[in-house]
Amino acid sequence: MSSYAWLWVAIVAAGVVSWLTKATGHLVPERWLEHPRVHRIASYMTVALLFALFAVQSFTSGRALAFDARAAAVAVAAVLLWRRAPFIVVVVAAAGVAAALRALGWT
Amino acid sequence: MARLTGRSGLSRLSPVRQQALSVSLATGAYGLSLGALAVAAGLDFWQTMALSLIVFSGGSQFAFVGVIGAAGSPWAALGTSALLGVRNGFYGVTLAPILRPMRGWRFVWGSQVTIDESTAVALAQPENDADARRTGFWWTGVGVFVAWNLLVGVGAIAGQYIGEPQAWGLDAAAAAAFLGLVWPRLAPRRAQAVAAAAAVLALALTPVLPAGLPILAAALVAVGAGWGGPPVDLDPTEAPV
Repeated sequence: MSSYAWLWVAIVAAGVVSWLTKATGHLVPERWLEHPRVHRIASYMTVALLFALFAVQSFTSGRALAFDARAAAVAVAAVLLWRRAPFIVVVVAAAGVAAALRALGWT
Repeated sequence: MARLTGRSGLSRLSPVRQQALSVSLATGAYGLSLGALAVAAGLDFWQTMALSLIVFSGGSQFAFVGVIGAAGSPWAALGTSALLGVRNGFYGVTLAPILRPMRGWRFVWGSQVTIDESTAVALAQPENDADARRTGFWWTGVGVFVAWNLLVGVGAIAGQYIGEPQAWGLDAAAAAAFLGLVWPRLAPRRAQAVAAAAAVLALALTPVLPAGLPILAAALVAVGAGWGGPPVDLDPTEAPV
């Protein structure tokens, strides 16, 4: 199968898994999941995965670490988030900083 | 907003419905970003829409697209999106007593729209007002479903005309999007430590593991950090993460 077809398979599988996860919560007795350890792990899972995605997206290029226009862009994004700017402003500003730096020749 | 709540507009709706609609509209901006980033990462329009309609959980979708964009395999994307969706299972546990009984298509849809926003709005209503909680869940869930998918579509169409994603800084936009999604969850000290450890581990493993797996490995940090320590609540935010 082509990589395009496999991508379709993964998308549909992700959808099925997503729905099953949601549906399971409505069906299982509350006491099955009320262990504090399970709650803590589920809570930190979101933070760990999203921040790992952020780090890889910001500071790697292929399989090498990289420090380029994206680093400046996410620094600006962090300041804007700290100043409580709306999400869309943060995303557009980061794109703008990276695009401008690249137009000036800084990769 | 003040204008919208004028005499003839939103003000005719009950407060919980107003809240549901404003949360739904607010997620549109995230959908727009996701649509454009998905196309930049290499998904086509229909793949982007299918992902959005059937996965329908912002964090899982951003993660799927992020792993594909970083040249990870579809399986690493699937794994990361599945782990980010675990949270929704716990929301169902909390919501079940409020929403019962749900059967047939109602159960299918109720499950599908069990996400951060619908849970947050439902639980923000008074505990003794079961009607308001149910209304908050359904109005927000369906409202976000409509607004989110419409704007993912608009973002995906716009993304197709952009050309070279890097020249427009879309890779940096994706990085900023992840930071924006995780930001509201970074207030507790322990969450900051988890985030830092996850980033260090993922970056350290990048040269040695195939793309996508360093991100999945960060799940181990969550397991390690959550094994012991004080109890924490799974707080839904109104942002789609």
